[in-house]
Amino acid sequence: MAGVAVSTTINGDAVEYLCQPDETLLEVLRDRLGLTGAKEGCGTGDCGACSVIVDGRLVCSCLVLGAEAEGRKVETIEGMAHGDQLHPLQQKFLEHAALQCGVCTPGFLIAAKDLLEKNPSPTEEEIRFGLAGNLCRCTGYDKIVRAVQDAANVMKGA
Amino acid sequence: MNFDPRFSGRQFASVGTRPIRPDGIDKVTGRARYGADFNMAGQLVGRVLRSPHAHAVIKSIDTSKAEKLAGVKAVITAKDLPDLTDGDAAMYDILDNCMARKKALYDGHAVAAVAAIDARIARQALKLIEVEYEVLPHVTDVDEAAHHHAPLINDQVFTEGLEEKPAKPSNVTKRTQFGHGDVHKGFAEADFVVERSFKTEQTHQGYIEPHACVASVNADGTADLWVCTQGHFVYRQHCAQLLGLEASKLRVTSSEIGGGFGGKTHVWAEPVALALSRKAGRPVKLVMTRDEVFRASGPTSATSIDVKIGAKKDGTITAAEATLRYSSGPYAGSWAEIGAMTAFACYKLENVKTVGYEVLVNRPKTAAYRAPSAPMAAFAVESAVDELAKELGMDAVDFRIKNAAQEGTRASYGPVYGPIGIGPTLEAVKHHPHMKAPLKANQGRGMACGFWFNFGGQTCTDLNIGMDGSVSLAVGTVDVGGSRASLSLVAAEELGIDYSHVKAIVADTSSLGYNDMTDGSRGTFSSSMATISAARNAIKILRERAAQTWDIPVEDVHWEKGHAIAKGEKYGNLSPLSLKEIAAASGKTGGPIAGHSELVADGAGVSFATHICDVEVDPETGSTRVIRYTVVQDAGKAVHPTYVEGQYQGGAAQGIGWALNEEYIYGKDGRLQNAGFLDYRIPVCSDLPMIDTQILEIPNPNHPYGVRGVGETSIVPPLAAIANAVSNAVGVRMTHIPMSPPRILAALDAEREG
Repeated sequence: MAGVAVSTTINGDAVEYLCQPDETLLEVLRDRLGLTGAKEGCGTGDCGACSVIVDGRLVCSCLVLGAEAEGRKVETIEGMAHGDQLHPLQQKFLEHAALQCGVCTPGFLIAAKDLLEKNPSPTEEEIRFGLAGNLCRCTGYDKIVRAVQDAANVMKGA
Repeated sequence: MNFDPRFSGRQFASVGTRPIRPDGIDKVTGRARYGADFNMAGQLVGRVLRSPHAHAVIKSIDTSKAEKLAGVKAVITAKDLPDLTDGDAAMYDILDNCMARKKALYDGHAVAAVAAIDARIARQALKLIEVEYEVLPHVTDVDEAAHHHAPLINDQVFTEGLEEKPAKPSNVTKRTQFGHGDVHKGFAEADFVVERSFKTEQTHQGYIEPHACVASVNADGTADLWVCTQGHFVYRQHCAQLLGLEASKLRVTSSEIGGGFGGKTHVWAEPVALALSRKAGRPVKLVMTRDEVFRASGPTSATSIDVKIGAKKDGTITAAEATLRYSSGPYAGSWAEIGAMTAFACYKLENVKTVGYEVLVNRPKTAAYRAPSAPMAAFAVESAVDELAKELGMDAVDFRIKNAAQEGTRASYGPVYGPIGIGPTLEAVKHHPHMKAPLKANQGRGMACGFWFNFGGQTCTDLNIGMDGSVSLAVGTVDVGGSRASLSLVAAEELGIDYSHVKAIVADTSSLGYNDMTDGSRGTFSSSMATISAARNAIKILRERAAQTWDIPVEDVHWEKGHAIAKGEKYGNLSPLSLKEIAAASGKTGGPIAGHSELVADGAGVSFATHICDVEVDPETGSTRVIRYTVVQDAGKAVHPTYVEGQYQGGAAQGIGWALNEEYIYGKDGRLQNAGFLDYRIPVCSDLPMIDTQILEIPNPNHPYGVRGVGETSIVPPLAAIANAVSNAVGVRMTHIPMSPPRILAALDAEREG
């Protein structure tokens, strides 16, 4: 099977890779590029653990082909902090203990970042529906919602 | 030095505060490494071929075509995992579950596996393996399986626990009985008796991270296993026994774990990955798909439970009886036994009897799921308790307070309770503002109680003090939800230093002595006890070094707030020596300073909770929403209160999913119909309200700080609390979990038709 040559931008860096035509973006990120922050919880777009942002749109990277990243801008959890400066969402997830096992956390942070970029002042209901594509089995979501509310307040003040 | 584990009632400086966890930053930046995030040089991809049949004899397996496919490096069947279990029936079941030997016993049972250079070739190779099956009749329902006409899953099973060995084999592997007093006499004394039957469907723990491991077996008999597990030492023992390896030569490293809830306490894929690596001579990574996790890991039991409770007019319960049938998958289990032990544990009963039956079915082997077996028993009992309170005309909380177990009560499962929290949680609920909040049309409020034993177990911990005075804490209990933070707090507390100077890690099996797995809510309970013991051993050395430096008797050196202090007026000119100063001089005073601890953490305090729940039921659709939820639970002592709250909230959320929506659905063909998160729907963020918590602290007398396990009890009351709330909202008693919209509509229709 011939590989597909892809030129793309990941977290601001120009990246080139060869991938198979049926290979998902999640497989490329994890297995070819070593970006294992995105997780495979289901492989069917139901859990959101593999969430990334492609050209400003929140997607499950398990439902996107690696070849489709050609010419696009991909944002992953590895690019969320600026150096050692955590994104306010990352900081608030830590302060509110919005994670227990943490395996869903990269997906939640990416989805929450996308939510707050589109709606900087979400209500609790808007947060709950905005994050309904991400499954967490540990927290009951309470502390996640509170962390996102707190981060939204911090970001508005910034 | 002998360790005294008794509760001492000290004042805390670190314990009870809420610092950020040490593993937090890796988890918010994507750097934390879970089971599937690790790779080795030359690694192959492993995949498993699974039976499509619920029950079938494996007549032959032809792997020759798969072996010839370019890129395939190994193909294995049960022949590559020879039986080394030496008559150990439980281990034989584990072996047979890892790779079917004679029969496939459920849809998803592993029958062969391949290792190839990439995932595509591995998948192609699975298609080239030819398995000839002779399909047998199957049974997946717990009540049908217990019937004497049911297809036999194992013709060597004769029910244990009966007075006489039965003449015929059966799917019922064991009968157990608990209780005391005379229930016939008790029911004769009752003015009111409630008798009901209940069913609960099978659910899955639903951890977001599928099982994953990387196995590497070397030609010299050494091996490494990287794996997401709740207990790497137990995995090492099981894998070493099944593979014929020396345990000390198999080094198991526990990855970060993406949820377990009891489901990562058993080996499934790991012996297969090791066998593939041994045959291929290369490392093998084996990651389950979500479909495989549902079909072939270890969901909970489906149950069928009959309950009968009688009470006098004044509200005193005179007798309580339950018969509990729990499915265990195709292998023997003790799940009904645990249900029979927990069923009436909340109450002070003179006459009580519970009987459990373990039932084989053609479903995956049952594994633990958070307070395993207790939620179903509590659903049945707490529903009946509410019904009885209604018949008596008593308030549901007052009725429970009148009959609640107390210190000195003989538990229905045998022991006599020490100080316990059931009464205080009920009193807290009685006075909680939630109980007085107004309700609207179609809304109802329910409450229920729950119990879990908690466990202690074998525990080993190392505490090493660096030359800069910072502390490395190596524990052997896998951190499933923040225990590295809690244990660092405990080390800081005991040593009298700041939390920021302690770093806790989970050590691998070659770096620390044996630890039981993180189950039974034992992680923080047992490892904090071992950490306190290790820290006290280190303090003894710190005092000795100070005494040596000062040239005074060690008995005159005390340890206070992180400093060695010379006690006595004659030492007035000796300034206290800090831990940091003693550590800096350690190279000249006798070498490295460390404290070790190996112990069995006995005395895990039992745990009780009471939950309050408001629901709104849509009578048109049967859809039910939880609109308010409150958890009140005894923690003994909350070491890190935020993570204790997290355990309360997470258990409640899992219970809500179980109560309202989650279930394994099998077709007539015995195949699982909903093996994915789309059709097995766990609660999402928009399904739930905030979950309020109230932590009570009734100290456990058997722990220096009073700590009790907190992880599991929170899943015990929700099924019943929600069922009681639905009953109060729409006036029908729901007897079948989950209370999905079709079941609620059917119950409403039945009520209307009278």
